[in-house]
Amino acid sequence: MACQGLSKGETVSSLRAESENLKAKLEEERSKLHDVELHQVAEKVEALGQFVMKTRRTLKGHGNKVLCMDWCRDKRRIVSSSQDGKVIVWDAYTTNKEHAVTMPCTWVMACAYAPSGCAIACGGLDNKCSVYPLSLDKNENLSAKKKSVAMHTNYLSSCSFTNSDMQLLTSSGDGTCALWDVESGQLLQSFHGHSADVLSLNLAPSETGNTFVSGGCDKKANVWDMRSGQNIQSFETHESDINCVRYYPSGDAFATGSDDATCRLYDLRADREVAIYSKESIIFGASSVDFSLSGRLLFAGYNDYTINVWDVLKGTRVAILFGHENRVSTVRVSPDGTAFCSGSWDNTLRRWAGYSFRFVYCCIWTL
Amino acid sequence: MSAASSVVAMKKVVQQLRFEANINRVKVSQAAAELQQFCIQNALQDPLLTGVSSSTNPFRTQKLCSFV
Repeated sequence: MACQGLSKGETVSSLRAESENLKAKLEEERSKLHDVELHQVAEKVEALGQFVMKTRRTLKGHGNKVLCMDWCRDKRRIVSSSQDGKVIVWDAYTTNKEHAVTMPCTWVMACAYAPSGCAIACGGLDNKCSVYPLSLDKNENLSAKKKSVAMHTNYLSSCSFTNSDMQLLTSSGDGTCALWDVESGQLLQSFHGHSADVLSLNLAPSETGNTFVSGGCDKKANVWDMRSGQNIQSFETHESDINCVRYYPSGDAFATGSDDATCRLYDLRADREVAIYSKESIIFGASSVDFSLSGRLLFAGYNDYTINVWDVLKGTRVAILFGHENRVSTVRVSPDGTAFCSGSWDNTLRRWAGYSFRFVYCCIWTL
Repeated sequence: MSAASSVVAMKKVVQQLRFEANINRVKVSQAAAELQQFCIQNALQDPLLTGVSSSTNPFRTQKLCSFV
């Protein structure tokens, strides 16, 4: 961001005073529009009935903690990465492993599937994000075609392809996010504004333009313009690290999961937090969140080994899912919304499906 | 940190805050109504709410009915 020249008489203390004034003004402007709570608006919406949600498949094969996963757009394949340095591509139908890559580092904290389904990106303690084209030949050594794209000065925490295989967005423990050209490895844009490790990023749904949200250890969630690098909006209401950020399907809001044991919903047009998903009994951090297709359900994985399912509008919990035997590190809903997958420090991934009784007109038992 | 660079840093903070203070905002009631509208409009297309019908479920195992 270009910095204007200093005006005469500006000192650190005069600027600090102005900064405090502006922060107060920002709070005041936001409060003026805070006329109602989301759950009050949603009072007349029918409550969701009892939920039936079960593990349909358990994917075993990682030798250590699963840290990250992503779905392929074909709604069938997933990629997962682990502390043991392995990145595996699975068929979530059959649980077959289709590809496996051994990274030169441990703690592969980030992985992502390319939109074409023909490549994956991953990285972690190597401070890089590398792209591996996926070969149809299962005997081919994927590492031979590895391409190093992103270079940070600290660990890679999260990565995502943009709308094509050509650009990659990354976030890092070095406090920055960055946009890269995959082919050349060139840095296209960098995003500065977090004052500590950035832990997660998520691209806005494509209809809403070129923005993304990031969250980190400075307890802030920032919304960025991808082209200019400008920090458009910033939200700071969490009381601890933000581990995960995900957009609401319409692109008008996003949810966060934090070490303060709450998940929160921030609306971009109201420019404020509009809901908190918490209970006194939930005291462990939320590591990962994702929405169902309509945005009505928020799935959140916690460090107490559970997954809580929240009614986004009413702010209530509609289900607790047990099954994992250690922290849940990642939760992602499939692209067609029929299932969601969770990854855990118990070395496994689970694919879950189910529904609310309220909506089922007739029971069709398929399994 | 030198005095000059801390002034520059503070200047950036102030510029960012000015930018944020000037954005257009809507009332929470309006924003909330739109979030709710989106949920309701898309509820029937949300398989994790409605359940997935037998014909479209990709994970359905193929079973044959046999009469003994």
